[in-house]
Amino acid sequence: MHLVYPVVIAALLFAVGMYGVLARRNAILVLMSVELMLNAVNLNLVVFDMRWADRLHGGQVLTLFVIVLAAAEVGIGLALVLLIYRNRRTVDVDRLRALAEGDPDPDLDVGAMTDDEGTRR
Amino acid sequence: MTAADVVIVLLGVVAVGGGVLVVGTRQLVHAALWLVVSFGALAASYVVLAAEFIAWVQVLIYVGAVVVLLLFGIMLTRAPIGRSEDLDSGNRIVALVVAAATAGVLVTTLVRGFRSAYVPIKDRVGSGSTHTLGASLFQTWVLPFEALSVLLLAALIGAIVLSRTDIRGAGPEPEEKPEPRRRPTPPRGPVARRLGVAKRRTDPDDEDTIVLSRVDEEI
Repeated sequence: MHLVYPVVIAALLFAVGMYGVLARRNAILVLMSVELMLNAVNLNLVVFDMRWADRLHGGQVLTLFVIVLAAAEVGIGLALVLLIYRNRRTVDVDRLRALAEGDPDPDLDVGAMTDDEGTRR
Repeated sequence: MTAADVVIVLLGVVAVGGGVLVVGTRQLVHAALWLVVSFGALAASYVVLAAEFIAWVQVLIYVGAVVVLLLFGIMLTRAPIGRSEDLDSGNRIVALVVAAATAGVLVTTLVRGFRSAYVPIKDRVGSGSTHTLGASLFQTWVLPFEALSVLLLAALIGAIVLSRTDIRGAGPEPEEKPEPRRRPTPPRGPVARRLGVAKRRTDPDDEDTIVLSRVDEEI
């Protein structure tokens, strides 16, 4: 088997995931794109494990570890997204500008914590 | 091109096409379903690459657990189920340029580096079986394996603490009487109208309003 085909597929998948992370607005779609990037890395690891075929099988074992890490990451990430949704009623990453520098657009800033009188905390 | 090459190219087309639809579709639930297609094609290509245990783990954990978890997230954030137009950010062009540049650099480098690399796949059959991988995992890699289990436990506890509402941090003010739970303020103004947030009526006699707000609190 020629190695160039799976390796190029992994690179393309990584680029697609990177576009998704940068271009999507919904936080859950961003998480999905991160999963795509992690899968591209996994494909690379499996391909090079097949290429070297050493006795330790480091590539395939590291692939298993990355899969477990991705599961933990998506669990924590979804808990955070749900917490943000509960507090701010949106998961739009363009509108969550509480940490942004510069002049904040008050119209965009849905997430600003307002109490019942409408004053900013 | 050998037969394995043809198969892996076809599976790669499915995987990359599924990925493009994940980042390009206008319906949120369809994105999760295309993610299943992409991960399934990747699992099949692991089988072609003689890593069958990884392939089954991929099917079990990614297709089985992660995608279901993502669908749960979509439902719990009350995303619009149908077609929604504003899923793409404003910096879409920049993202496209960055992704194209990444793909160009990576593909050029990899093609130049591995143009003639060839591995006879018949020699590798069995190198990814459960027996081989389990022996390697529990002999050589047992310490990282245990560390990873501790990390999974930490992630589990973290997710529980984050998603429970009755756990509070030790605040500076002593809590003597249980304070009524503060309902998150719905967004007001033009943004709220754009988001389609309905104005909550505060008529106490209206039973529907009370039920609705209780459902709101539950979530």
